[in-house]
Amino acid sequence: MKSKIPQHTPIGWIIVMFKWLLMFGWAAMTFLPLYWVVINCFKPSDEILRNSLEWPASLSLANFISIMSYPDVNIPKAFLNSFIISGAVVVLVVAVSSMAAFALGRMENKMGKYIMAVLTACLLVPSFATVIPNFVTLSNIPFVHGNRIAAILPQTAGNLCFSIIMVQGFMRSLPMELDEAAVIDGASVPQIFTYISLPLCRSVLATVAIMVFIWSYNDLFTSLVYVSERSKQPICVILSMVSNMFGTDYGAMMAAIVVTILPPLVLYIFAQEQVVSGLTAGAVKG
Amino acid sequence: MKSKKYFYLFLAPAAVFILTFLIYPLFRTIYYSFTSWKNFSPKQSFAGLANYDRLFHDPVILVAFRNTFIMMAGVFLFQVGVSLLLAILVSKTKKMFKFLRTVYFIPILISATAIGLMFRLIYGYEYGLLNLIILWFGGEKQVWINEKTSIFLVTIPIMWQYVGFYFVIFLTGMSKIPGEISESAKLDGITPFQEAVYITIPMIRDVITSVVILVISGCFKVFDMVYVITGGGPMNSSELLSTYMYSAAFRNYNGGYASAIAIVMVAFGVLLSTVTRRILEPKETY
Repeated sequence: MKSKIPQHTPIGWIIVMFKWLLMFGWAAMTFLPLYWVVINCFKPSDEILRNSLEWPASLSLANFISIMSYPDVNIPKAFLNSFIISGAVVVLVVAVSSMAAFALGRMENKMGKYIMAVLTACLLVPSFATVIPNFVTLSNIPFVHGNRIAAILPQTAGNLCFSIIMVQGFMRSLPMELDEAAVIDGASVPQIFTYISLPLCRSVLATVAIMVFIWSYNDLFTSLVYVSERSKQPICVILSMVSNMFGTDYGAMMAAIVVTILPPLVLYIFAQEQVVSGLTAGAVKG
Repeated sequence: MKSKKYFYLFLAPAAVFILTFLIYPLFRTIYYSFTSWKNFSPKQSFAGLANYDRLFHDPVILVAFRNTFIMMAGVFLFQVGVSLLLAILVSKTKKMFKFLRTVYFIPILISATAIGLMFRLIYGYEYGLLNLIILWFGGEKQVWINEKTSIFLVTIPIMWQYVGFYFVIFLTGMSKIPGEISESAKLDGITPFQEAVYITIPMIRDVITSVVILVISGCFKVFDMVYVITGGGPMNSSELLSTYMYSAAFRNYNGGYASAIAIVMVAFGVLLSTVTRRILEPKETY
């Protein structure tokens, strides 16, 4: 391989050094704010005020204990709410979208292409355009108003269009002979869906599930509007109020940030490829 | 497979969700935007274009539009620029490729709420990271968030968060360029810089187009970050259409006006991204 700037000349060295400096510089920029929060979550507030850049004098868990026992905010409960809301949204989106994708991707019907066009158009509708009427609808249903389910239903609807498009693309790519053979063997349509299509779609459904979970877990806007009961609010809503409630307890705020960001990061450690592909593919979602 | 019954049966759950929580509310919002409707009362009275008339004379709307464009400019110059540069550098690196990609992507997994709170602490007066660094270099402590700076200070974390995201999108696009092109160009003695400008960037033109559209529609959808860091203040100086619409609807309970803001927001987002797509996409020849 020949290149006009050979690496062994001084200019070549400077360019190579500069390149690595940029690449690691950005990696450092990514880490710096996170590092600052993590080292400070172990310090009492007066130590943060004295010097927030130093390594903590002792790795005390006092801040974590204190956020667990704040009078008006129940962090463990908020965590539970987050997992209930996001878990339900994931289950609903995967179930409903795989069924719809099966109809659109594996069955012939002249309406199919019009339905796909509607779904694609729906991607352009952001939650801001639907939030007020949805708020009215959900407020009118007893037991739903202000409860966790008031966030689950619209979040599911908001994630469906993209998930259906993604899963039906995958279903379409599977060989049609599979179904034909099953029909000859006497399988019914629901049987083909359950025993043939679904198992083959495991990988794309896992990607959808991860994408939807992270999106739902991190979404503040919908939960803020729909879940008004304090005891039902997910962690991100609690976190958005923390700076007003904790006053000058900076250590507690740092600890609250650290516990909130943990679940998606743990998911990232275990399923990195699926997280990356899910989140980049989900970019076009409204 | 052909079965009308099962086709509609499998689509039914998705249809219920999408019609109830996406399509119906969209049209309902359009209707509300032409009414005078306060305090979520059961009755709206038709008001014609009154809400839109107020909107075009509202100075805060002007600020919100200005802020959206400042944000877009910052995101284009810095975020897209840096991520493209990093993608070009990293795609030529065999060592550390995986590590760098893993690190750059981390901020995407963190909720805007947590990042917002983190940067609020970084900008803090007493203990903030920024003031600490300034003191380190012998400077004076500053109150960072004021009317002039607020929009820039909320744009910084947005830029910080999404560099890794566009980086992965660019990198995926570059991995699809056939290796032979780069190799034959190297035999002709092309420099890495020339390769980036004359081969890599033109080859990922469609990826760049979709990134530009993602940025435009994304900037209209920012809410969480601004809500957490400044809440739109001080004195509405960092207000976006989304945050202004939220306070119109859920703080001032003016559903009609908030709906008009939401409609303008969607219309502008769709219009701007359609026009951009028309301009950037290569002319099709029939």
